[in-house]
Amino acid sequence: MQAIRAIPDESPLQDNMRVLVIEDDRDAASWLVKGLTESGHVADHAADGEEGLALAREGLHDVLIVDRMLPKRDGLSIIRTIRNEGIATPALILSALSDVDERVKGLRAGGDDYLAKPYAFSELLARVEGLGRRKAQETQQTKLKAGELEMDLLTRTVTRAGQSILLQPREFKLLEYLMRNAGHIVTRTMLLENVWDYHFDPQTNVIDVHVSRLRGKIDKGFDEPMLQTVRGAGYMIRAD
Amino acid sequence: MPINLAHLKSSTFRLSAIYLFLFALSVGAILAYVYWSTAGLLERQSDETIRADVQALADQYRLRGVVGIVDTIRRRVQDEDESTYLLVAPDGRPIAGNLDLWPSQAQGEHGWIEFTTNSKTKTGVKLHNSRAYYTQLPNNYHLLAGRDVNGIRQLGEIFQRTILGAIFITLALGLIGGFWMSRNFLRRVDSITDASRSIMAGDLAGRMPVSGTGDELDRLGHALNQMLDQIERLMAGMKEVSSNIAHDLRSPLSRMKLRVESALRSQDCAQYREALVSALDESDRLLQTFNALLSIARAESGQTREGLQRTDASLVLEDVAELYGPIVEDEGGSLETRIAPDLIVRADRQLLAQAVSNLVDNAAKHGIATGAEGAVIELAAAAEGDSVVISVEDQGPGIPPDQYDRVVERFVRLDQSRTKPGNGLGLSLVAGVMKLHGGQLLFEDNKPGLRVKLVLPRYSGER
Repeated sequence: MQAIRAIPDESPLQDNMRVLVIEDDRDAASWLVKGLTESGHVADHAADGEEGLALAREGLHDVLIVDRMLPKRDGLSIIRTIRNEGIATPALILSALSDVDERVKGLRAGGDDYLAKPYAFSELLARVEGLGRRKAQETQQTKLKAGELEMDLLTRTVTRAGQSILLQPREFKLLEYLMRNAGHIVTRTMLLENVWDYHFDPQTNVIDVHVSRLRGKIDKGFDEPMLQTVRGAGYMIRAD
Repeated sequence: MPINLAHLKSSTFRLSAIYLFLFALSVGAILAYVYWSTAGLLERQSDETIRADVQALADQYRLRGVVGIVDTIRRRVQDEDESTYLLVAPDGRPIAGNLDLWPSQAQGEHGWIEFTTNSKTKTGVKLHNSRAYYTQLPNNYHLLAGRDVNGIRQLGEIFQRTILGAIFITLALGLIGGFWMSRNFLRRVDSITDASRSIMAGDLAGRMPVSGTGDELDRLGHALNQMLDQIERLMAGMKEVSSNIAHDLRSPLSRMKLRVESALRSQDCAQYREALVSALDESDRLLQTFNALLSIARAESGQTREGLQRTDASLVLEDVAELYGPIVEDEGGSLETRIAPDLIVRADRQLLAQAVSNLVDNAAKHGIATGAEGAVIELAAAAEGDSVVISVEDQGPGIPPDQYDRVVERFVRLDQSRTKPGNGLGLSLVAGVMKLHGGQLLFEDNKPGLRVKLVLPRYSGER
């Protein structure tokens, strides 16, 4: 068996982020900090709502990981407070409440992403890194590029090494999401949420079928596969 | 019957006591009226007679002088012994009448007096209770005329005794009746209380006693019994669900435990890794099962009903078809759609999509016979009256009609599907989602295959 989770070697060094973990469960928090550090990020920890708010207010972090229920001040209130103060640090909400309504509440309070407990660390890492990147590339792009792959968002055309590839609308959206996160792992749940807008677990691995169809279209006839499966974690489009 | 203070405290007794008080009051009022219109009338009539007598005598005096009035008095005294007369001269000397003395109470010009007197009759002396009117005549003569009121007084006393007796009997009967009624009522309430105590103590099969008369206590008993039936059904369901959960969670947990234990014994890194990977897989499956159970529970409890919004079911179905088309093709079939446009329902898009996904997924997994060429799964939707009907059809082995009710239960998997992946929760979730949306989940024979129908109320604008 292969590694459960592979940290891509091509992960560029400038991607290193400073992450604030606001979580009252000491065990969970120390695993998070350890995992983030091992992945090349710097992680700080706050154990209650007030401490978390004080640290988040400094605006030094690239991403906040905020537990929904905290002593002294709950997670949503922290996010609401800093948003009112004009601090736009992307925030990932962690919660044991997985209801769709709860998710909507979290996003409405100013959260940028929502992850229900229990979660896989690979899922959390992919999302945290995604949030960090989103901050970096806020500018509107009309063209995406990843290695030989080029995507024109206006004419909705895709080429690989100059060869045109015909895609269905949903395949286009799927590839677009993968390319926006080129060089980084994207989990199945992230794809289901961002490409199909479904927030439930479909039990069957529907995503795999769609990804393999897309792979058939973009990798067929080429020696080097662009779309890679990262075992136990998800998928990734190579950045070069 | 033992005297029990509880009877006095019961609401029935209180009610009957209040009623009794009002009843006794009205009985008293009626009897008082009877008294006033009989005994009182006699007394008033007697007064009237006396007054008329006095008037007549005074007239005699005016017309014929002292001789006239004396003459009349004498005649009257002879005629009747019930009456009393006395005429006294200005010097106080009695002139005529059957009284010896002017009564000392009779002071002033005129007025009413009552006094006792003895009169001589042929048989002897008779004691009289007399009521009389006296008045002053011209020339300072004084006239008194009265009547014996013994009879009237006796009658009045009889009436008073009767009235008091009647009130006493009313009160006594009322008290006994109230006590008896409250005892009967209390006995039934006590039996209901006893029944609920024994149910609380664990006798879930126990029921409230029902007398069969159909009165309000019976209706209460019936309603409580229906509630108990419902609770018992739910409890039985819960029991089954929890034993199913225990079974379905215990097996993967023990698999995991066995693997980890044997890996630990082996002292081999490769085995460690393998055990960890399989433990991760098992825990993923367990989490999936948990999440499915939670979604079902949420849908069934209806706590997200607020979240239902105007939703275009046609679009939701097109999306699901697009997501699942490739899955069906991978299983060797094809997914065909016949979806009418603009089917608007009040729904939670996520839950509706999840429900339809489960149906299509089931059809792909169980509705395509192995090796069958060109198997078709059809996803259709159309408006029918006030409903939107979504159907998923396959041509597989289907489900025996007597199993239709069973397949929506949690963890139920029919024998022929045991070999396929799944946790037996898919249809339970669909049923829960339909319950939340006020819809129905129906199964039909597609001849061959299975047709599953979701019937949802069409969006009408108001809640």
